[in-house]
Amino acid sequence: MSKPGVDSAAIHERARQTLADLHLQQAFTSSTLRLYNARAQAIAEVPGWERLRERAQALKREVIEHLDHYLAQFADNVERHGGKVHWAATDEEACAIVRRIAESAGARELVKAKTMVSEEIELNHALAAAGIRAVETDLGEFIVQLAGDRPAHIVAPAIHMTRHDVSALFVTHLHSEPTSEPEQLTAIARRALREHFRHAGLGVSGANFAVAETGTVVLIENEGNIRMCTTAPRVHVALVGIEKLVPRFADLGVFLRVLARSSTGQQMSVYTSLLTGPRHPGEDGPDEMHVVLIDNGRIATVADPKMREMLYCIRCGACLNTCPVYRKIGGHAYGWVYSGPIGALVTPQFVGLEEASQLPFASSLCGACRDVCPLKINIPDLLLHLRGKVQERPRLLASAPVSLTERLGMRAWAWVMRRPRLYVLGSRLARLGQRLFARQGWIRKLPMPIASHWTEGRDLPALAPKTFHARWKEISSQRQG
Amino acid sequence: MSSQRPRVAFFVTCLVDQFLPHVGECVVKVLQRLGVEVTFNPAQTCCGQPAFNTGYRREARAVAERMLGLFAGVDYVVAPSGSCSSMVRVFYPELFADDSRRLQQVEQLRRRFFEFSEFLVKVLKVEDVGASFPHRVAYHDSCHLLRELGIAEEPRRLMRAVRGLELVEVQDHQLCCGFGGTFAVKFPEVSVAMGDDKLRAVAGTGAEYLVANDAGCLMHLSGLVHRQGLPLKTMHLAELLEKQE
Repeated sequence: MSKPGVDSAAIHERARQTLADLHLQQAFTSSTLRLYNARAQAIAEVPGWERLRERAQALKREVIEHLDHYLAQFADNVERHGGKVHWAATDEEACAIVRRIAESAGARELVKAKTMVSEEIELNHALAAAGIRAVETDLGEFIVQLAGDRPAHIVAPAIHMTRHDVSALFVTHLHSEPTSEPEQLTAIARRALREHFRHAGLGVSGANFAVAETGTVVLIENEGNIRMCTTAPRVHVALVGIEKLVPRFADLGVFLRVLARSSTGQQMSVYTSLLTGPRHPGEDGPDEMHVVLIDNGRIATVADPKMREMLYCIRCGACLNTCPVYRKIGGHAYGWVYSGPIGALVTPQFVGLEEASQLPFASSLCGACRDVCPLKINIPDLLLHLRGKVQERPRLLASAPVSLTERLGMRAWAWVMRRPRLYVLGSRLARLGQRLFARQGWIRKLPMPIASHWTEGRDLPALAPKTFHARWKEISSQRQG
Repeated sequence: MSSQRPRVAFFVTCLVDQFLPHVGECVVKVLQRLGVEVTFNPAQTCCGQPAFNTGYRREARAVAERMLGLFAGVDYVVAPSGSCSSMVRVFYPELFADDSRRLQQVEQLRRRFFEFSEFLVKVLKVEDVGASFPHRVAYHDSCHLLRELGIAEEPRRLMRAVRGLELVEVQDHQLCCGFGGTFAVKFPEVSVAMGDDKLRAVAGTGAEYLVANDAGCLMHLSGLVHRQGLPLKTMHLAELLEKQE
């Protein structure tokens, strides 16, 4: 029943493992703080940052509200420039399209740029099943692939690994000399990757933006591997989630200014590639350019007027870096490709609430993510909306962190709260009841879940001997007397 | 203000009523000292946030509906909680979005509804309430107060005006303490880890007291302090402003 590759139900177990691992705690804390501070510094330099965010939000809203129009325009313009457009409704369809392109190009090996949507559709697995090897060429993704692991962050995939981990990995898989110098580690990876770039018959990339007006695929990176992937092989395939559109070429200015700053704290990333069709005679570049437009749950999200706001996301990762929950439990705990606050939203939408019913609850709703989101996505509000959806669907009870006891308890609670006399009576009874547990004003251990979850790691202040209601009665009668 | 003496209905909130009633008494004392006429409607219970925060919208609505009619005939409603104030001011309009009659009532209520520190500084225009408390004190920004209501300066101004008090800033003071309503019991392992981080940051200031404006954060943090036997005392802002040591 469960979708392969999705394991969000294990969030508690993974969270506990990460919390107990001092090495991982250190890695997440230092990396997220570094990115968080870099972002803060980078946006402080931009006059009118708020206006820029508002503009970016308005542009994405325009795209999502008129998605059909902009998709058609983009597809027409890709084809006008000699590209080939493919439509994929599901992850399986998207993988099948790439496989067919690879087969007709005769490619047994392909090189990949960093693309989250390819992780989402599990492209590497699908290709491997067809005997085609996909080689990740982004340094972080390359490391994660060697380790047989999954990205722990949407921008910094190997955020959970130290350079010593990477060195050990390279020694095992690439037979290199041990070194903990980042420059040397990069050089080792570069040597290994060069061979793949030379021989690969196909390059696969994602897209940071897709410009409807011109049919341009925009790719942003720091390492130069995306340039290699999209130009060296004879065939280039760009995987594009349909929410990646921006209306006009001029609008790119807004997004390029917010993305790198929000993501890594750079003013601009090192390479920005604008790819419009395959090469023309006499030019460098691939002979064929394919664009795969991927739905995989996005259109269903557009249909929900509230949730469609999450499609504004440009995957900058700022919400992960600022999130106190992500900082503690890391990316893998979320159980799928996308993690952190945006992952808690995207995952239930894309894989189904049944598969990820824990995720909307994996947030203290502190709102720090909304503060840093360059698109001003109201993430806590959307998480609340999803929580409501979980409660509306009783068949989710088994998988949700919602027991029947909680449901009945909440109903009883609401019933009492609407009856002030019962509330007062209940207050008295609770005070009698707590005598079993309370010592000197504190409760150290409560017997039943959910209450016992509180006392797992902290004490609970006992109910005060008298409520304020009771005290007010005394005070006002004294005053009158 | 409709008369020289503003009439304030006190909304005590369920957590303060049950766990920290002394906070409620302090709010009343401070307001009375400032010449405010305080009333208390004993028909009040809870604003509905626990249900709303957990996704039980129907239950939240049923409880919230009662709030709308409880505070007629007063100039203001004051609550010692950023979270409950956010519930009324920010989330009620959303909760009743499809009911125009209720929305009107919500509008009536939210216009007059203030969090305690906000009410003192913005409405009464008071910063010095005449308190004295010669101790080193750190302030914890509760998330709803900070981000939903945008209140960060008001409590600090009130604290700076307290005689003898040394206000110290906690590193990353805008970081959540991990309470998060039912998050505290749904993800206790994460909630506790976040609280530990917060307390480490507070310890770095050398503060004797940690002050906050929300009973939820205070119960969570004081529960950690008590379990671990840490040398830190927690306190609600109203308790601090009532002190005349």
